[in-house]
Amino acid sequence: MVRFAIRRLVSMIVVLAAISVLTFLIFQAIPNGDPAQRLAGRTATPETVAAIRRTWGFDKPIYDQYAITMKKVFTGKVVSYTQSLNVVDEIKRDLPVTFSLAIGAGIIWLVLGIVFGVLSALHAGGGLDRGLTVLALIGISTPVFFLAAVLLYFLAFKTGVFPNGGYVSLTDDPVQWLYHMILPWIALSVLFIGFYSRVMRSSILDTVNEDYVRTARSKGISERRVMVRHVVRNSLIPVISLWGLDFAAIIGGGAILTESAFNLPGVGNFAAQSIGRLDVPPVLVVVMFGAFFVVFFSAVVDVLYALLDPRIRLSS
Amino acid sequence: MATAQAPSAAETSAADAPRAGIGPYKLGAIRLRRNKVALAFGALFVVIVVLCLLAPVYAKQVAHTTPNENHVTDQIRVGGKLRDVVSPEGVPIGPTWHGRFLLGADQNGRDVAVRLLYGGRNSLEIGLIATLITVVFATIIGTVAGYFRGGADAVLSRGLDLIWAYPAVLLGIALGTSLALGGINLGLFKLQGNSLMVPAVIIGVVYIPYMAKPMRGQVLTLREKEFIDAARVQGFGPLHIMRSEILPNLASTILVFVPLILANAILLEAGLSYLGAGVQPPNPSWGTMISDGIRLIPSGIHLTFVPGIMLVLCVLGINVFGDGARDALDPRAKVRLEH
Repeated sequence: MVRFAIRRLVSMIVVLAAISVLTFLIFQAIPNGDPAQRLAGRTATPETVAAIRRTWGFDKPIYDQYAITMKKVFTGKVVSYTQSLNVVDEIKRDLPVTFSLAIGAGIIWLVLGIVFGVLSALHAGGGLDRGLTVLALIGISTPVFFLAAVLLYFLAFKTGVFPNGGYVSLTDDPVQWLYHMILPWIALSVLFIGFYSRVMRSSILDTVNEDYVRTARSKGISERRVMVRHVVRNSLIPVISLWGLDFAAIIGGGAILTESAFNLPGVGNFAAQSIGRLDVPPVLVVVMFGAFFVVFFSAVVDVLYALLDPRIRLSS
Repeated sequence: MATAQAPSAAETSAADAPRAGIGPYKLGAIRLRRNKVALAFGALFVVIVVLCLLAPVYAKQVAHTTPNENHVTDQIRVGGKLRDVVSPEGVPIGPTWHGRFLLGADQNGRDVAVRLLYGGRNSLEIGLIATLITVVFATIIGTVAGYFRGGADAVLSRGLDLIWAYPAVLLGIALGTSLALGGINLGLFKLQGNSLMVPAVIIGVVYIPYMAKPMRGQVLTLREKEFIDAARVQGFGPLHIMRSEILPNLASTILVFVPLILANAILLEAGLSYLGAGVQPPNPSWGTMISDGIRLIPSGIHLTFVPGIMLVLCVLGINVFGDGARDALDPRAKVRLEH
């Protein structure tokens, strides 16, 4: 077990290191992307550019530059090229916004995804199942920024029921915070509700055919109890593990489209703006931060699985 | 849906049971033909594709314009009255429901219906190329990693992990922004920054792990089957076994993945274009049209709704048909694309 966990940890570190190299290389490969030129501004003399190149270390070979940048990342001293602001501070400032979005939307999509999935499975093949299937597929087929635009147009611009994007800190004004977060939560959840209800439905339909469900029935337990205690509980495992990964991805900047559609100053929005400015350090940090969450959560899920289910260890 | 028949296995009809003389694809076609909803949505997708292919004909014969032609100062006759295409305040005309400016104009006086069809061509083209890239590379990587195991598997699987752990949209915009500026130049393989191939290649690469991982898993079980042993004993090399013994057994999985990848590729193209890292102006695509429209929401809501609804209908058509095809080919398959 310990060996399994250690192996998972090592491969996690390797993947993270590779991601940082890849990000660094992508931005190095940009033609006319010389960071010294951009730091110096349009009207800079060649001497200024050369001076900047020396002080930032852009004249060093690329592996040295990578080492310098990574050292700064780990000591928390990494500074953006274009804004000269500490990237770690920026991300700390943006994190509450992204957490607000991820936690609210995560709860909504998990609960509704499970409820719709259970309803669909209980009425498999019936009218309710078909209706929910169509709704789920519409949800999966709608881009989040289009949904956001529709919601904002009808509920904010036309009727003024909700505010037109923006963010109010929870600690400043909890009511306004909730008021501003409702539309982003809905927009972000819809895709996942559609997706999770499908996963939950097929997971339940797999579980009802298991031997232990037949055993439970043959013991004479009520159908309701069989469903709740045996079927739904076991069907939740894949959904919850999926939820962990999606939640991690969203905290790591995955809600970039939702954040920019609702003008929420979160981590994803920060990454999008930095990419637009071709600013390597912030992008590098956000991507590593996001990848860390994804890789870490998937490692945790794997280890938890192996702990809970000895069959997985045997088969791997 | 994947296991719709599971709870009612007893009432499985005769056509569902494998009968002698009917191959799996014939059986799948029979099942799919009974699924009228899936067929209707499949037809919807085909209609959209045909309309987009006919874009030049529509532009020339009906709308009398081109996708990038400006008509800011023009006037057109709507219901007997002469109206500005773009008002002096800069508000573009809404849908006229007539030949010219059927779905209205944008702020540059361009015909939205014409741009919608040309944009659809670009969106669909990117989606198809991306799907092709994903399917080809995922099949090769999955088969090689699963068949050879060991070192090759370790290297390929870590590579897949790398792409998979990289947040898809972030990877897309990082690559998209950097390539849109300078294009790629890898000797034989050259791309202009504004080429449609840039987003197509990026999207194709992003989705490889989602398909290659399940393929690898399937090959891992396939390679232990007796018929593979038989081929090995007959002296066939690995290349022959992979091509003639394993690939045919992967065909139905590949078929099931195609609509899934296509739908998601079209959505990702829209997302990248929305963030400015996809199709570059003045080329239209549904994503760029929506993102242009959102900036003008108060004055011309049709600029957002027309391409948005078209995009949703197209992707929905692919998804519903794909869902039906998946059920028909293998009612027990649990293939899905995780986001």
